[in-house]
Amino acid sequence: MMPSRIAGLIKRMHLGRRAVIAFPLVWLTLFFLLPFALVLKISLSESAIAIPPYGPLLEYADQTLNIFLNLGNYLFLLSDSLYAAAYWGSIKTAFVATVVCLLIGYPMAYAMARAPGRLQLILLLLVMLPSWTSFLIRVYAWMGILSNSGLINNLLMGLGVIDSPLRMMNTQFSVIVGIVYAYLPFMVLPLYAHLTRLDNSLLEAASDLGSRKLNTFLKVTLPLSMGGIIAGSMLVFIPAVGEFVIPELLGGPDTLMIGKVLWEEFFLNRDWPVASALAMVMLLLLLIPLVWFHRYQSRELEE
Amino acid sequence: MRFAFFAASMAVCLGTVAAFVMTRYGHFRGKTALSSMVTAPLVMPEVITGLSLLLLFVQMAQLIGWPADRGMATIWIAHTTFCSAYVAVVVAARLREVDRSIEEAAMDLGSPPVKTFFFVTLPVIAPALAAGWLLAFTLSLDDLVIASFVSGPRDNTLPMVVFSSVRMGVSPKINALATLIILTVSLATLLAWYFMRRSEAKRQSVIQQGEEA
Repeated sequence: MMPSRIAGLIKRMHLGRRAVIAFPLVWLTLFFLLPFALVLKISLSESAIAIPPYGPLLEYADQTLNIFLNLGNYLFLLSDSLYAAAYWGSIKTAFVATVVCLLIGYPMAYAMARAPGRLQLILLLLVMLPSWTSFLIRVYAWMGILSNSGLINNLLMGLGVIDSPLRMMNTQFSVIVGIVYAYLPFMVLPLYAHLTRLDNSLLEAASDLGSRKLNTFLKVTLPLSMGGIIAGSMLVFIPAVGEFVIPELLGGPDTLMIGKVLWEEFFLNRDWPVASALAMVMLLLLLIPLVWFHRYQSRELEE
Repeated sequence: MRFAFFAASMAVCLGTVAAFVMTRYGHFRGKTALSSMVTAPLVMPEVITGLSLLLLFVQMAQLIGWPADRGMATIWIAHTTFCSAYVAVVVAARLREVDRSIEEAAMDLGSPPVKTFFFVTLPVIAPALAAGWLLAFTLSLDDLVIASFVSGPRDNTLPMVVFSSVRMGVSPKINALATLIILTVSLATLLAWYFMRRSEAKRQSVIQQGEEA
């Protein structure tokens, strides 16, 4: 009797374990993975004037199964140079913004990690504080700062540095400023986490062995914080490629970004298949950065 | 507000379970799949997430008749999904720091795993849960893109209203709203900071008393 009871207990434990694993696995499969399959499916269907506005992929009529695979949406993306320009514009903008974020964020994170304990907490709070207020409101504030009659132009004209207002709003510049500002915390926080974990004795060892500060930084600190640099850069770059709100509010007619194009294709033209094809191509382009980020992040989660 | 509250609560449940599974369960089948699905929403552009979820809901409505109307439920599901990723990261970081020997001690003393989780692990990671909840709440409250995709024609969340008026240009109403939001946030931060300082001071004095004794 004893062995069977123990076996029962073990079985129950396994069942419980499975159930615990299954909960997030099933939820995420259903609401995260499955939707992508549907995007792929609809990107291959024909657009139609109906509700919902796309044609069927499989049709069973007269005892034959018809499969419609419509590559037209993808060909359409290729044929119109607008889309290629939008992808290129997004990647360029996101890349520049990521580099600027890194250049600003690294010294910030470094200074934070070196600050005394109490100050560290306050600085951390200050970095995160803006994220607690509404994102839209912050972008709106930038509209006020950068516009022709905005804060910067008024100040410069008041000081007599310039005669006519600099055009900053609705340009590539304002979009990059907006992205850098909005995503800076995502760069600073992983960098800070890595830099605080840095073992101080390594730095001391380097200086004991006669290494100069710059040399120590380049050969010890920088390689050891590489994980943070990758994580931070991906956290900025990937979402920035698909950003919609910032180019919509701060950008002008010359700032083509794919997130905005997709939004317009979907909401204004109501062309769901083309919007899906746009999303699929964007995913494909982001696949390498995504895998890179995932490899780093899963190491973080599991170690 | 209500959307954000429910979404954040569910996201904490889901994210915590995911984090627990990832950090405590060793190896199992589907782990790679789970870990990619936990980390990917962190960086996935919102337009893609929003579009894909909308298509899912539309298909579900056609196949099983639910959700017949997009609105509260669909926003809730969408927000829970993307917020739980953030919660999972915050909670997993905390779970890794926690001393596992106390959990093992509880189990050695005959506590079943479920009880150990609720009475030992959960209290220890409570601060991370609170932080994760707050993060999920603000993310959900702030989201415009995903909500625009998955909401029905009648449901407007606050960011959607703000966005449509900001698009038109500067409006004093939005300035007033911004002032209110900033005031609320500063007040809440000040309060949180005050309480943190007080509990820190208390802890210090307890430690001092312990040293004197």
